[in-house]
Amino acid sequence: MLTSEDQTTSPKMAEDFQPPIIRRQARPGWVAIDFAELWQYRELLFFFAVRDIKVRYKQTLLGIAWAILQPVMTMVVFSIFFGNLAGVPSDGLPYPVFSFCGLLPWQLFAFALTQSSNSLVNNAHLLTKVYFPRLIIPFASMIAGLIDFAIAFVVLVGIMFYYDIIPGWALITLPFFVVLAIAAALSVGLWLSALNVKYRDVRYTIPFLTQLWLFVTPVAYASSLVPSKWQAVYAINPMAGVVEGFRWALLGKAAPPGTMLIVSVAATAMLLAGGLFYFARMEKNFPDII
Amino acid sequence: MSDLAIQISGLSKRYRIGIRDKHPTIRETLMRVSSAPLRKVRHWVSGTNDGTGAEWIWALRDVDFEVKKGEVIGIIGRNGAGKTTLLKVLSGITEPTAGYADIYGRIGSLLEVGTGFHMELTGRENIFMNGAILGMHRQEIKKKFDEIVDFSEIEKFLDTPVKRYSSGMYVRLAFAVAAHLEPEILIVDEVLSVGDIQFQKKCLGKMQDISHGQGRTVLFVSHNMDTIQRLCSRCIIFDQGKLVSQGDTSSMVLKYISSNSYQAQPDRWIDVSEMRRQGTGEARFVAVRYSSLNDAVSFYPYPNGPLEILLAIESDSYRSVDSLAVAIYNKTTGTRLVNADIASIGQVIDLKKGHNVVRLRIEQLYLNPDVYMLGLWLKDKGLKWTPLDYLEVAFEIEVVQNESEDFGIRENSSVFCNFKILEVI
Repeated sequence: MLTSEDQTTSPKMAEDFQPPIIRRQARPGWVAIDFAELWQYRELLFFFAVRDIKVRYKQTLLGIAWAILQPVMTMVVFSIFFGNLAGVPSDGLPYPVFSFCGLLPWQLFAFALTQSSNSLVNNAHLLTKVYFPRLIIPFASMIAGLIDFAIAFVVLVGIMFYYDIIPGWALITLPFFVVLAIAAALSVGLWLSALNVKYRDVRYTIPFLTQLWLFVTPVAYASSLVPSKWQAVYAINPMAGVVEGFRWALLGKAAPPGTMLIVSVAATAMLLAGGLFYFARMEKNFPDII
Repeated sequence: MSDLAIQISGLSKRYRIGIRDKHPTIRETLMRVSSAPLRKVRHWVSGTNDGTGAEWIWALRDVDFEVKKGEVIGIIGRNGAGKTTLLKVLSGITEPTAGYADIYGRIGSLLEVGTGFHMELTGRENIFMNGAILGMHRQEIKKKFDEIVDFSEIEKFLDTPVKRYSSGMYVRLAFAVAAHLEPEILIVDEVLSVGDIQFQKKCLGKMQDISHGQGRTVLFVSHNMDTIQRLCSRCIIFDQGKLVSQGDTSSMVLKYISSNSYQAQPDRWIDVSEMRRQGTGEARFVAVRYSSLNDAVSFYPYPNGPLEILLAIESDSYRSVDSLAVAIYNKTTGTRLVNADIASIGQVIDLKKGHNVVRLRIEQLYLNPDVYMLGLWLKDKGLKWTPLDYLEVAFEIEVVQNESEDFGIRENSSVFCNFKILEVI
């Protein structure tokens, strides 16, 4: 590996060119996140992401069809049991499109969360053999989820077309909600990936965690089920804001998720900042304990 | 000042034993917590609670040294002496506990060949992947791509997934990428010992090129004294985390080697089970017995005589072994003179579970009277590169003069060889 990371850079002398001096020494306690270094390693991030995408459906029978099958099958089951049999209200929208629109960001989130949480452990051999900013690993691990998302999105467009739903101007806000879903996954994923290095229990906690999280996210039901005085509390779950945001941007639900969105963004920002700092603090110990 | 490449001062690294290779689960943590009061009392009673207790080891302790620009430094020492930890600290993989190391220039490290190779990806894809992991930019890799492919000799399989490669091909490709890394300071850990002999030579040539031809600073860890002597101008010896000695290569190699063995009598079992070694240990040498089968010289080996070696090997399970070797080194230079490896004659032997005795005979020993060192090597059949057991130097043997078998006059320095006059025309 090559690092141009410099914690102590000597001033360049005019007559004699001095290369930067890198000092390796103990940095106890909290450390700042080196975003400049992260930027220098952006190509590596790209390579990791490409690797994950290429490898993802290797040696599978159905290949990329999995990206469509999973949300579609879930939608069918939800539509039959929640939509038809239980009669869960769907804010006046056809239940299949209502649930599918919620499933898309949910699956992106769940994938990103699972992958980033396991990313450090899955790449343990790299951590002990090469140096690069460790933050790249959880970041890169989520990108493959975007491909699945994009493919499933095409299906959503088809379903919307079938139900004659034309999105309005709110559509332009959609990228923001995608980013928010990723950020929400990362905010938790950073914590879990760092903890996973030390406690492998995390690995077993994740399926359970995502399952519980699905129930507190308005995927199969509408958030309007939650009494309005509890809406703000409910939105501490960032995915509540994301899913409702998706429905607003794509399906043209009347009211934008105002308060909910602010709470969701704030909750994500706080978790994310905490996760970043915790990660930066633990990072230097990863190779020693993984 | 400006001719310094690396300056290390008081560098120390402490590891907590048990944490390094153990992943506590919540259950274990809970059990620890529940027994914590008891343990605390015990620690308090025995006074081993602080950081100086047995729970910690110093992988590096107060290491100071400097490396000048363009120097090629060999780092030698037994396993666990702290060599790899030093390289890891220098390359930024792990942080030191105390002290510091200043590095003047771009640093690149090669602690393993093929780091980040993915079995499902093709050779071509892995070149880019591995290059990026080693710190090369995409443009740089593109520019050197043809050179890398050329060096690796796997052109035909460039678009085949690496999982279909033979281990030799895999190593060749991996080394080819690594060899084209061009930092100002290069750190290399024991990576030349992979691949076939032909390719090893090529790698060594490339390394010589990098270190001497291009004037780069290189820190080089190896167990192979031959390689060290070929590449390095200066050497540093580590033992138990401390720098014990530094100086010119030949005197350091000699010092390292002679501190590591003892002379053993012929025709009796020599216990090697407790000796320092490397390898997985799934099968290991426990005792060795050597003899020239000639009681006129008290069974001591002699020039042109046979050398029979009995190797007692303990194996954990039934296995096929495709590389079992007895190596003989010059004691003064550490040069390997004889390497009787079954791999070189294509023999494969089966070891049963438990105790095995292998009888190996070197028909004619072409060595002059002197003291030599004997090393042992055992490797499983399969893709693994790590040996089952490897004693670099097990013990010393003495080759003696056998007057009765000497014909005519022979110069003292020349070695006997097997020859005859075919005809006189």
